[in-house]
Amino acid sequence: MKFSRVAAASVAALMVGAPAMAELVFPSLSYRTGPFAAGGIPYADGFADYMTLLNERDGGVGGVKISVPECETAYNTEKGVECYEATKGEGALVYNPLSTGITYQLIPKATADDIPLYTPGYGRTSAANGKVFSHVFNFPANYWNGASAAVNHLLDINGADLSGKKVILLHFNGAYGKEPIPTLTALGEKHGFDFSAIPVDYPGQEQKSQWLQIRRERPDYVLFWGWGVMNQVAIQEAGNIRFPLENMIGVWWSGAEHDVKPAGDAATGYKAVAFHGVGSDYPVFGDIQKYVVDAGKAAGNGDNVGTVIYNRGVYAAMMLAEAAKKAQEIHGVADITSGQMRDGLEQLEITDARMTELGMEGFGPAFKVSCENHGGPGTAAISQWDAGKGTWSLISDFGPSDMEVIQPLIDADSMAYAAENNIAERCN
Amino acid sequence: MSEQLLFAAEVTLNGLMAGVLYALVALGFVLIFKASGIFNYAQGVMALFAALTLVGIQQGQVPFSHLINAIFGTNIHHFPWQVPSIIAIILAAGVMVGFAWLVERYILKHLVGQPDIILFMATIGLAYFMEGFGDIMWGSEIKTLDVGLPSGLNETIDTVTYNWFGYGFFIDNLDIVAAVIAALLVAALTIFSQYSKQGRALRAVADDHSAALSVGISLRFIWVLVWSIAGFVALVAGIMWGAKSGVQFSLSLIALKALPVLMLGGFTSIPGAIIGGLIIGVGEQLFEFAIGPLIGGATQNWFAYVLALVFLIFRPQGLFGEKIIERV
Amino acid sequence: MFYREAGDFKTSYRDDNQTFPIRLDRAGYWVAIAVAFGIVPFFVNDYWVNAIFAPFFIYAIAALGLNILTGYAGQVSLGTGGFMAVGAYAVYKLMVAFPEINIIFHVLMAGGITAVVGVLFGLPSLRIKGFYLAVATLASQFFLIWLFNKVPWFYNYSASGQINAPERSVFGIIVTGPNTEAWAKYLICLVFLVGVAWMARNLTRGMTGRKWMGIRDMDIAAEIIGVNPLMAKMTAFAVSSFFVGVAGALFFAVYLGAAEAGESFGISKSFLILFMIIIGGLGSIFGSFAGAAFMVLMPVFLKNVLVGGMGWPTDLAAHFEFMIVGGLIVFFLIVEPHGLAQLWRLTKEKLRLWPFPH
Repeated sequence: MKFSRVAAASVAALMVGAPAMAELVFPSLSYRTGPFAAGGIPYADGFADYMTLLNERDGGVGGVKISVPECETAYNTEKGVECYEATKGEGALVYNPLSTGITYQLIPKATADDIPLYTPGYGRTSAANGKVFSHVFNFPANYWNGASAAVNHLLDINGADLSGKKVILLHFNGAYGKEPIPTLTALGEKHGFDFSAIPVDYPGQEQKSQWLQIRRERPDYVLFWGWGVMNQVAIQEAGNIRFPLENMIGVWWSGAEHDVKPAGDAATGYKAVAFHGVGSDYPVFGDIQKYVVDAGKAAGNGDNVGTVIYNRGVYAAMMLAEAAKKAQEIHGVADITSGQMRDGLEQLEITDARMTELGMEGFGPAFKVSCENHGGPGTAAISQWDAGKGTWSLISDFGPSDMEVIQPLIDADSMAYAAENNIAERCN
Repeated sequence: MSEQLLFAAEVTLNGLMAGVLYALVALGFVLIFKASGIFNYAQGVMALFAALTLVGIQQGQVPFSHLINAIFGTNIHHFPWQVPSIIAIILAAGVMVGFAWLVERYILKHLVGQPDIILFMATIGLAYFMEGFGDIMWGSEIKTLDVGLPSGLNETIDTVTYNWFGYGFFIDNLDIVAAVIAALLVAALTIFSQYSKQGRALRAVADDHSAALSVGISLRFIWVLVWSIAGFVALVAGIMWGAKSGVQFSLSLIALKALPVLMLGGFTSIPGAIIGGLIIGVGEQLFEFAIGPLIGGATQNWFAYVLALVFLIFRPQGLFGEKIIERV
Repeated sequence: MFYREAGDFKTSYRDDNQTFPIRLDRAGYWVAIAVAFGIVPFFVNDYWVNAIFAPFFIYAIAALGLNILTGYAGQVSLGTGGFMAVGAYAVYKLMVAFPEINIIFHVLMAGGITAVVGVLFGLPSLRIKGFYLAVATLASQFFLIWLFNKVPWFYNYSASGQINAPERSVFGIIVTGPNTEAWAKYLICLVFLVGVAWMARNLTRGMTGRKWMGIRDMDIAAEIIGVNPLMAKMTAFAVSSFFVGVAGALFFAVYLGAAEAGESFGISKSFLILFMIIIGGLGSIFGSFAGAAFMVLMPVFLKNVLVGGMGWPTDLAAHFEFMIVGGLIVFFLIVEPHGLAQLWRLTKEKLRLWPFPH
């Protein structure tokens, strides 16, 4: 972003005044500073760049320009509240705060304000139950899908038999890290593997004793739910104790380039669950390069294009743009409101043909959102890091997760929330 | 030997190593507290800043490039050169000396004779400032720090212990290097403060500011000196921790690890920092090993403080702190 | 000229000891109260309440609490975040367990529970002093957070360990939960703040307060003239923790509506509140307000100026925010080491003499 342009734009906005131009407002509650900046920067860049691409190439969505007001949260809930209130008035259509704390905080508030929340692959897992959470969407996959996908991968490489295997979950000691524990416990009972969890406290700069414990207990596999500095240290320590990294599977937030690079060659073979494609081998990135980066309109330095988290930002932006388009179709207006945006999200359908049209063939699954299911198909793939080439690559297809185990957990947790807050079930 | 005992021995050894790293951070606090009575909250941020500067110089980053690009619409990031590690370390140390001079010139000079808590608060302001400044100067993304330190399992120890006990101990090479460097650093500091002229001046200031002034010791010079040394210690700590995790914001939080060490060892004692570090390192690792699994783990953060608290109840000035004499 | 004592005759001890000895001050105080209660609620919107007033009021309560302990009784504490967490989790458990009882009582009870916990963790202060105590209180900070994270009973066994505030009302007006009107949220915080400030003022100018200050200035001397250090320190811990607990309860129930121990009440919160009272002025009620205002409003103000007004990229603006706040802290300390409250006192002193200073 350039000072002069932004300044000019804001002056122009002030002069033109509020009612002049219809805009689709997608606030970006980003964090480019603070302990999690490393993940926050590429995500915010990807999100903003895709929206800029739509503006530059297609003239926005349905002829209406998109604006992405950015607000810095530093992953701090209080700043998130300020950002929410500050951008709400600008006609925000949907929020995507990329923070567990801010998401939990916004779920009741945004619902009351009739603004949807889109939390792909993070936030409250049980929000997948649309009957209880009318305004929260977390398709295409949530943490429990991720946990199940990791276990499915283990089943695959073990000939569908995990009995007697020892699986340890190394997790961030907070809401985010504790999410997969119920699922993994249930899956452990189902498949007969021995499951235990080892917590790491924020920030996770020091994990010696956890890894000594892992070394002593000699688990067959380590699953890993980290974010921020915890990722780099864990992968480094795994290399240090010579734990075979192909037996370590991280969730999608623990599988980016910057997580593995500090460990150097030792990180080769490390796996991470992914719910969208990796690399920049999709036509859409060519367009981003051409219309956004080369035109000097990139949100950041422009050097993140094609990295894992950047791609996730692009993917999230794509979903929201598609949902906005859907909302325009349903309601027959170009300048939609946040309530109409919610309808668009709820009736969103992503087909393979549409993905190809968007230049993202095979980037993510095809699926349909419904009133009951806000969680999408719950499919995920496994990606693997190659330190020599310096790239992530998908080593499996987007496979389904074990909804037989997950659905009852989603129902139980969402019903508990409904009971605590007197929410009546929808979709009946 | 039984297996549990072996594990405990391994955990203890690793605790000692971790303790050395804590001590390294604590050392910076002790130096400044001794010479100026300031509890330097900014020590952690100094470690971050020093490590950022080191990586920036090493990789030939253009300082303030983000700011320059934003203002002038340019697109510059790197100089076309890379600086060898050793030169980069020397330059980074030089930057820390310059920083010490600036701190003395613009902050400490104006706050001579103020109560401790005010000086403490000033270092908080300094920490805030440096946090923003470091990010603007070098950017807030993660940087990989590679000055050629070894890391990973030490083969020799693994093999030897395996032959002895049938269980190979895990010791991280990086930790061994850190321990050696910390030992050298402490030895050098001790020799410096015992045998050099400046060192004696430094001890005189630590004993009594006004008496030292009256025999012609320049307080301002001593403060610059001490902050420079603390800056250098921060650089070393930044390298050790940064090699593990990459250089990023959380480096500034390692100061929290040093606080229980300081409590335990006493704010004024260099050997105290070392021994305190070792006790905390071993204590928290052993507790996590023995009791942690029973109560759900992740106990390190609080146990270090509780351990220090227990010591303090019996010895309120820390193990090596100067005896508190109260007069009415 | 207008701001002076002359002509304002005190005819009783009671008058002589009043909080605002100058007529203009008294008037100003009543006007401020009247505006805060009578006018502002009609004009506040969500942004002003959620981004500015609610955090300011709640931090001011917490700062008052810590100021009693640190500023008046001289016991430096870095456990504030942990005690706020006690208040938050206490109010959560109470709200869920006894939905029929009024939320006001829940908040007060949460404060009471925090007071008990505070006294417990305050016991080491009898042996440990100064910075050693500050670091020792960190033990309570880390231990409490770990506890709330670890024991599922505290968060009613929810999958993630987050707690959510259910909807509760006072006299039929909803004050917690997502459907709270901006003015209701504003008023409930304000009522607590005024109540706490009134209590703090009256405690600190009475016998209890003088005992605290005796302990602060020199504990041995205070003991010799008959102040029981155990009682003085423990009452300071109790009162301080009560306020902090109330702040924590409001922070969770009214302001955020959802919380997680480590994220919302971490160590940075303890430091933040300590910064507030040092910047504002130790041992000053006004200082607690000024410090909270500085630390809460300054970043929001800077953000709005830099990003909203000048259109800077958000990350650069955030970095500059840090630099400016840090620079201002150092600047204020150099100009006036005793905090904003002292600056205010000096200004008033000058005003009294104005326009004839000699």
